[in-house]
Amino acid sequence: MSIIVTDSGFAPAGADSHFLDIDAGHPPTDLADELNNIEAIRIEFASFADGRGFTLARQLRLMGFGGRLRARGQIMCEQYAMARRAGFDEVEISDADAVRQPQENWLARANWAAHDYQSQLRRPSS
Amino acid sequence: MYRYNDFDHGFVRERVRQFRSQVQARIDGVISEDEFKPLRLMNGLYLQLHAYMLRVAIPYGTLSSAQMRALAMISQRWDKGYGHFTTRQNIQYNWPKLRDVPDILSDLADVEMHAIQTSGNTIRNITADHFAGAARDEIADPRPYAELIRQWSTDHPEFQFLPRKFKIAVTGSSDDRAVTRAHDIGLRMARGQDGDIGFEVIVGGGLGRTPVIGEVLREFLPVQDLLPYIEAIVSVYNMLGRRDNKYKARIKITVRENGIDKIRELVEAEFILRRASFGGADQELLARIKTAFPAPDFIDAPIANFKTALAANDDFATWVETNLSPHKNPDYAIVTISLKTLGATPGDATDTQMQVMANLAEQFSHDELRVSHEQNIILPHVHKSHLAEIYARLADVQLAAANVGLASDFIACPGMDYCTLATARSIPIAQEIAARIDELKIERDVGLLKIKISGCINACGHHHLAHIGILGLDRAGVENYQITLGGDATQNAEIGKRAGPGFPADEIVSAIERLLEAYLAQRTSRTETFLETYRRIGIEPFKIALYGDGKANHAA
Repeated sequence: MSIIVTDSGFAPAGADSHFLDIDAGHPPTDLADELNNIEAIRIEFASFADGRGFTLARQLRLMGFGGRLRARGQIMCEQYAMARRAGFDEVEISDADAVRQPQENWLARANWAAHDYQSQLRRPSS
Repeated sequence: MYRYNDFDHGFVRERVRQFRSQVQARIDGVISEDEFKPLRLMNGLYLQLHAYMLRVAIPYGTLSSAQMRALAMISQRWDKGYGHFTTRQNIQYNWPKLRDVPDILSDLADVEMHAIQTSGNTIRNITADHFAGAARDEIADPRPYAELIRQWSTDHPEFQFLPRKFKIAVTGSSDDRAVTRAHDIGLRMARGQDGDIGFEVIVGGGLGRTPVIGEVLREFLPVQDLLPYIEAIVSVYNMLGRRDNKYKARIKITVRENGIDKIRELVEAEFILRRASFGGADQELLARIKTAFPAPDFIDAPIANFKTALAANDDFATWVETNLSPHKNPDYAIVTISLKTLGATPGDATDTQMQVMANLAEQFSHDELRVSHEQNIILPHVHKSHLAEIYARLADVQLAAANVGLASDFIACPGMDYCTLATARSIPIAQEIAARIDELKIERDVGLLKIKISGCINACGHHHLAHIGILGLDRAGVENYQITLGGDATQNAEIGKRAGPGFPADEIVSAIERLLEAYLAQRTSRTETFLETYRRIGIEPFKIALYGDGKANHAA
C-alpha cells in the first residue's frame, strides 16, 4: 500500500488504474499528441537526488497538460514544495517512508505557494 | 546596491527557521548524518577534514561596509577570527559549531546575506566582474542581470537536484575578469545591431579533471530573453546530463557527448516553451533592480595631494603601480587590496582586517567593496585624493602588499590543510614560493604573472588557467606537484599544457624559480610578459629549465 500526500496531509491511495505511469527520463514530446486525452500521469522518482521528474512535470504543464500529475517514489518531505511548484498535484510515498517522514513534516511544507521566487518572476506585467 | 525587499527578507528568514529545526533534529538524533546531509548542503554547510565549513554567498562579489562588518563579527564571534575568500566570490568559515550555524545564518540574514545554494547539485552563487560599475572598458554594469538571475535561480523548484553543480558568471566588459569561458554558463555582454544590450552565451566551460573552454551557444541573446533562455539550458541539462558517473555529470561533458549543435537545437526548442511562461514581471523586476545600482555620487575635488604623496613615498608609489586599475572617472581609481601578504594564507582575512576594509569602504569607496575571483578585496570607487590615507591604514593591518598581478598574487585552494578532497597541500607551497620570490627580489622585474595552485585534480585553484599552474597530487602517499604552462583566464581563455613529470614538495619551489629565470633570460624586453614569451618561444625552453637538456630527468 502507499500514502498520497497533498496540502491537507496523508490519505490512503485509492484505485490508481487510470494513471499513465512514466519514468522521470521519459521524453515529454512522445506524449504531445495525446496529452489532451490523458486523465492522469504518474512520474516515478527512483532517487531523491534525481531531479529530472521536476523538469518533466514542468514541461508537461508547459505543453498544456491539465490533468492530474503525481510524483511517486523516493521523495523527501523537503522536496514537497518543489514538486508542487513544478506542477505536481500530489506525491505518493510508501507506507514505510510515511513512517520515516510523518505527516507533520509534509504539512510543514504545505505553504509552498509562499516565499516562491518563480511566482514573483512569472506574473503578467502590471 | 541591491537591497532586500520584504519578499527576499521573508524568504531568507523562512529558510533560517527551517534549517534551525533540521539542525535541532540532527543534534537530538532524530535524523542521521545521511538524512541530514542533503539538508545541510542546501544551506552551504560542508563537513571538512577537521570541522564543519560554512560557505556564504557574496552575490556578484558585492558587499556593503555593513555586510563586511557582519562577516568580521561572525568570524570573531562564531569562528576563529578569520574567514577565507574564495574564487567564486564566497567567504568560508572553517570552524563553526553545528549548534551555532542557525544563529550565524540569522546574523547573515540581518545584513541581507545567506549560504543558500553554495553547495549541492544546484545553481551556485552568480559571480560577476569584480570591477563592475567602475571599469573603464564596460558596456554596462552586469550586476542587475546577475541579481535577476540570482532571484530566478534561488530555490528554483526544478533545479535543486541537477546532475551536478552549476555555475554562472556574468561580465559587462570586453576584458573578461569573470572567467566566463570556464563556467557552465558564461554571459558576456554585447551590443546588438540596434545598439541594444544583450549577451553572448557561452556554455560548457569548466575546470576540474576535464578542463574545457566553453563554446558559444548563442551569439546574441536579447536581455528580455535572458531568464527563459538560461532556464531552457538548465532544463535541457537536467534531463540530458549523466547521472551514472559524477565525473561525467557536468554540462561540459553533456555538450561534448551530444555536440554543441544538438544542445543548441534542444535549447532553442525548449526556449520557445519557456518563454511563454514569462509574462513580463521579470522585466519589470529588472528595471527596479537597475535603479538599485546607480553610478556613485562622484566627488569633484583636487587630486594634487595624490601626486605629492607619490613623489614623497616610494612604498606608496610602488603600491600604486600594481594595486590600482583605471576607473571610468579619471579622478578615481579602483583599488585592489591584496590578501597575499608575505606569510599569510592567500584569500584569508582576519576580523580586524575585515573591519578596517569595511571602514575604508564606508569612508572612501561609496560604501562598496568587492571580492575578486583572484581572492582579493576591491575598493571600487576611490577618489585619488584619498589613496595615500587608504594606503597608510592598510599598511597598519598588513594589507598593503604591493603585488597585485605579480608572482605572489596566487590563487590557492585550501588544500590538505582543510579540504577532504585534497591530495596535497596548497597554502604552504604558495607561502614557500612567495618567500623564495621575496628573497630573490625579482618579483617586480618579472612583472605580470599568474601562478595558481590546486591541491587536487578538482582544480579549485584554477591551475589550468594559470600562466604557471601547480597541481598537487598524491603519488603513493607522497605529495607530487605537476606544473602546467601557458594557461589564460581572460577573454583569450586557454588551458595550460602539462610541462612533464611532477616534483616533490621540497623541489617545487626551485622548479618555479628556474621557470622565472628562464623567462627573464628569454624575454625580448621588460614589456614582454611571461605569457607572451611563452607563446613566442613555446614550451620547450621551459621544459629544459625544469628538467635539463633532455637527459637528466631528475624529477620522477
